Amino acid sequence: MSSAEDCDCKEGMFPRKPLSRRGLLFAAGSTAGAIAAGLPGRASAENTPPPGAALYEVATDPTKEPGRAIGLDGGYGTRSQFETAVRIVPSGSNPYTTFSLTPLASLVGNITPSGLHYERHHAGVPTIDPARHSLVVHGLVETAKRFTMEDIKRMPSVTRKHFIECSGNTNSEWAGPKGKTVQFTHGLLSTSEWTGVHFSIFARQVGLKAEGLWVLAEGSDGAVMTRSIPIEKVLRDALIAYGQNGEALRPEQGYPLRLVLPGYEGNTHIKWLQSLQVSDVPFMSREETSKYTDLMPDGRAWQFVFEMDAKSVITFPSGEMRLPGPGYYEIRGLAWAGRGRVARVEVSTDGGRTWTLAELEGTPEPICTVRFKLPWLWDGKPATLLSRCQDETGYIQPTREKLVAERGLNAYYHYNGIQSWSVAADGSVANVAA
Amino acid sequence: MSRLEVLLAFAVAIGGFNALAAESPPGPNLGSPVSATELARFIAIPQSGAGLPHGRGEVAQGKAIYSARCAACHGEHLEGVKETGGVALIGGRGTLASAKPVKTVESYWPYATTIFDYVRRAMPFNAPGSLTDEEVYAVTAYILASGHVIPEDAVLDEVSLPRIDMPNRQGFYRDPRPK
Repeated sequence: MSSAEDCDCKEGMFPRKPLSRRGLLFAAGSTAGAIAAGLPGRASAENTPPPGAALYEVATDPTKEPGRAIGLDGGYGTRSQFETAVRIVPSGSNPYTTFSLTPLASLVGNITPSGLHYERHHAGVPTIDPARHSLVVHGLVETAKRFTMEDIKRMPSVTRKHFIECSGNTNSEWAGPKGKTVQFTHGLLSTSEWTGVHFSIFARQVGLKAEGLWVLAEGSDGAVMTRSIPIEKVLRDALIAYGQNGEALRPEQGYPLRLVLPGYEGNTHIKWLQSLQVSDVPFMSREETSKYTDLMPDGRAWQFVFEMDAKSVITFPSGEMRLPGPGYYEIRGLAWAGRGRVARVEVSTDGGRTWTLAELEGTPEPICTVRFKLPWLWDGKPATLLSRCQDETGYIQPTREKLVAERGLNAYYHYNGIQSWSVAADGSVANVAA
Repeated sequence: MSRLEVLLAFAVAIGGFNALAAESPPGPNLGSPVSATELARFIAIPQSGAGLPHGRGEVAQGKAIYSARCAACHGEHLEGVKETGGVALIGGRGTLASAKPVKTVESYWPYATTIFDYVRRAMPFNAPGSLTDEEVYAVTAYILASGHVIPEDAVLDEVSLPRIDMPNRQGFYRDPRPK
């Protein structure tokens, strides 16, 4: 958008300066992630391990000597010292209120590693002792109650895979192609397996009053962040979650307790959850009036824009990669839908003139990402790659032009237009309009 | 009765027993009741002003508090400071339908109660929750007077604050996308 750089409404959601252009190489064993993040590449890996890794001596021939002893990692493993993908934080932003982006191009499968889950904080990451943390459920209830973490872990539990997407994801693209890489354009999207307790279990223990129509969720961070959520949503599928990908939540994801609202915009999934207040009206908090409202061309704004509509993006090949030459490639990407299952994904390699049904990896789960794939023989000529997703309600991911015609250029949030990547004759991939 | 029939009858009996049990599974009854005193820390103010604390604040008092506690991030003239991420608090009226909308408390926020609620819980950024209720009333008054929403001699309290008619009060509507 034209005003992206100087508009204060962006409040940390947009880098002051575009990320610097750094070449991403597509080659086995490349240090693409490290280059993208400005980290030391392989050449200096002898000195500093990538984040999440430890440095070990590399054997000349690993079949001619024993490897390292078990337990040297202290009992919690590290990733390989050759793996360098990291979340990136836009430069020039307030480090307490900014965001970090998931390196989508480096991921395989469907789950985002917990350490690479995108972040968006409103007052930094608090450090919370679970022994002193509790959730108070109060307001329009028969008995206001405090639940300790011990109480919550005794309750009937469920485990579900869901994506969480920031409503600001891909907002660089409203006025046309801008982000250089898929990490930049779509990296405010991550998928985890969440474990927790349905809100309805809490509702039975406090007794909801009939006039309760909204629930205010409050975090125990420095922003004491609040969002009002319709009660039918929290009763239907809200999770009070303490688990992520088989272990406790990461602190950046709300340790020890967060709200998970499948399909709703990311900021509503209140982290470090300490209070749920049942009310007859929404509270009109700062986050649901001045922020996270979508400004329309007539100067009025959509409010309570909760569901993240169906969306997809090709992660390979994607911006700043370079294909080594003509031949076979597997086009890969992610598709997701906030209103149900992904029904189908189509891919075009000719700028949208023709479309081919992509293969979905496994059966799509409700309100979850699914990986799609399509074999592609590249003839070495310029090509433009697109993907579009349809969800089970029949909704089809729109073009940018359709979104702009409906919402103008200042909606800022909830951009889900079709993304296109061009492949030039030299194999270089860039973000351009189809 | 053949052995098979006996087994089947047994299976039906077991199944029936399980079905009965499934009708009323045990549910947890955990958690401890919370006193009104304990609940007092969870104050959230809706547009009606319900829950606003006693106290009052004036513009001049708010100006002094603003200079000491807020100006470093939001600017001496409430214009915002790019380097700190502190947003502009005033200005921007009439810009919302333009190519470059300027969203501030003055131009965009629909309810004055939201200012009180947000400042009380989350500001100042380096010491959230450190202002007294009177100071929050006063800072709210200063911001709104600076934005010419209320007069310079206005006094804000639990009665007058929810009655403030914000310039963009009618600027929002529910997301019209299909549910």
